[in-house]
Amino acid sequence: MQSWPSDGVTRVPFWVYSDPQIYAREQERIFAGRSWCYVGLAEEIPAAGDFKRTFIGEKPVVLVRDGDGGINVLANRCAHRGLQFCQRDFGTVREFMCPYHQWTYDLRGRLKAVPLQRGLRKQGGMPADFQLAEHGLQTLAVSERHGVIFASFDAAMPSLEDYLGPAMLPLFDRVFDGRRLRVLGYMRQRIRSNWKLMFENIKDPYHASLLHVFLVTFGLFRADQPSEVKLDATGRHAALISRRGAQQASDGTAEMKSFLADFALNDPRLLEPVKEFAGEATVVMQTVWPNLIVQQQSNTLATRQLVTRGPEVFDLVWTFFGYATDDEAMVTRRLRQANLMGPAGLVSVDDSEMMEFSQSGVAQYPEDAAVLELGGRDVADAPHMITESAIRGFYRYYREVMGL
Amino acid sequence: MDLPVRLVLRLELEELYAAYAACLDDGELERWPEFFTAECRYEIIPRENFDRDLPLAVMRCESRAMLADRVAALRRSSVYAPRALRHLISGVRIIAVDDDVISAQATYALVQTLLDEEPTIMSVGRYLDRLVREAGALKFAERLCVYDSVLVPGSLIFPI
Repeated sequence: MQSWPSDGVTRVPFWVYSDPQIYAREQERIFAGRSWCYVGLAEEIPAAGDFKRTFIGEKPVVLVRDGDGGINVLANRCAHRGLQFCQRDFGTVREFMCPYHQWTYDLRGRLKAVPLQRGLRKQGGMPADFQLAEHGLQTLAVSERHGVIFASFDAAMPSLEDYLGPAMLPLFDRVFDGRRLRVLGYMRQRIRSNWKLMFENIKDPYHASLLHVFLVTFGLFRADQPSEVKLDATGRHAALISRRGAQQASDGTAEMKSFLADFALNDPRLLEPVKEFAGEATVVMQTVWPNLIVQQQSNTLATRQLVTRGPEVFDLVWTFFGYATDDEAMVTRRLRQANLMGPAGLVSVDDSEMMEFSQSGVAQYPEDAAVLELGGRDVADAPHMITESAIRGFYRYYREVMGL
Repeated sequence: MDLPVRLVLRLELEELYAAYAACLDDGELERWPEFFTAECRYEIIPRENFDRDLPLAVMRCESRAMLADRVAALRRSSVYAPRALRHLISGVRIIAVDDDVISAQATYALVQTLLDEEPTIMSVGRYLDRLVREAGALKFAERLCVYDSVLVPGSLIFPI
C-alpha cells in the first residue's frame, strides 16, 4: 500500500480515487466496518411485512418491518447458496422465499422451511442433524432515530447519538425532529466518479459560491452571507450552514463570475421559499459518514444515499420527503424546489458534472495530489465558508480508519 | 373515429413529435416552450414514482414561462460536458379524443454521445400527452415523460 504525502491532510493523493486495493479495504473497513450506514426512512416501510431493498457499500441488504413493529435489516443473501433472493425494491410479504430452491425465512431472517428436507420416498433429503436454526439470514445491527434507519455489520456499534456526536445531533434533529415524514418520491443517478468526491463536494463550501450560478444569483448559498462550517470531533461528519440573502450585488459578489444581476424568473413560483425551521439558517447540508447526505435547502428536503459500485463509479439515491402535516401549498413548494436537485437539478447538475470531470483527471495521474489549504492547514470549525477544513477533517478520519 | 380521420391525426402527431425532437436535438431550446400552451404541465418522471403515485418529478414545469426559465437557466447557469442528443420516437398512438383534448402516447429513446465516449441510450420511456388546438395548431397542454431508466447515467441536462 502506498504512503500518504508527508504534508498530511492538506494533500489527498489521487490514487485513493482509483486504486482497487484501496476500494476493497474501504468496503471492508468502512462500509462493512464500524459505521452506521443509512438504509432508509421508517415511512418507506410503515406496515408489517413492508420491505425495502438497498445496499451498504456494494452489499445487498433488505430492510423489513416486523410484525411487532420493529425493523430488521437482513443480508440479501440466501443462507443456502448465496442468491440475492429479494429482487424487488419495495413490497409487502409474510415471509422471504428464495426463488431457486424455495428456502423460506421469516421476517427476522430465521429459516423456517427447506423443501424436501426429509427427502422423498425415503431417498435423499438433509442429514438428520441439519438444524434450521443454524442457517438463518445474516442480520445487521439496526438503529432508528426520528424516522431515519441506519444499519451496521458491526454488532458492537455505539449508539447513533454517540456516533453523530453533540455537534451534529442538533443539526440532524433540526430536520428529523420526530414529526412523521411523507415520502414525495425518488431520484437515482449513476455518477462515474469515486464516492469520496461526492462527500468532498458537500464538504466544500468554496465551490458553492462560485460554480453554482443559480445558487449565487438567487442568494441561496453565497460566500457573502452569514455561514459556518461545523465538524464533529472526529472530522468524519460535517455540516455547511448558511442563510439566504437577496439577489443584489455586494462586495462579495464582485469576485464571483457567476453572479447574474439581471437573471429574473418569468415564473417566480419556482423559488418562493418560506421559513420553516427555527433559527437563522435557510440551508444546512449535512454529511454523515460514510454514506449519507442530509439536504435542507429552503424547503427541499432529501436524503442522498451513496451506493458504491466500484472505485470509479457510485450511485446516488435521493429520497425526497416532507412532513405528514404539510399542507398542499407546502408539498407543491417542495416539488417545485426539487427542480434545483437531483440528476436534472439546476444546482446539482453542476456537481455531478464536476465529479465526472474530476475523475477523468485524477484517475490518470495517480501520483499527483489535491492541494487543500483554503482556510488554513488545520481541521477546525469556521464561521464562514471560505475554507476546505471539512475536507481535511474527512481525510484525517479516513486515514485513521484505513491505516494510511 | 373513422380510420381516415384517425390516420390523418396520427400523421399530424408524428410530424409534431418529430419537430419537437428536432428542436431539442438541434439545440434550439428557445423554441421549445412554443410547443406548449401557456398554462401547460411538463414533467420528467422516473417510472417508479409514476407507478407508485408519488408526485416527485426530476423536472417540473407548470407554465410556458417556467419552461422558458428552465431554458434560460440551462443557457446561463448550468455547467456541463458537451454532448449530442438524438431522440428516437416511435409507437405514436391516439388514446382518446374527448371534446377538444387529444390524448396520445409515444415511446422514445434518447441517445447521448459525450466527448470521448461511444453513444449510449441515456433515457428510455414514453410520452403521455394531452394536446389541444390553438389557432389550428396542436400544442401540448400536458406532456409527461415517464422514463423506465430510473438510474440516470450522469446528468440530465436538457428537456426530453
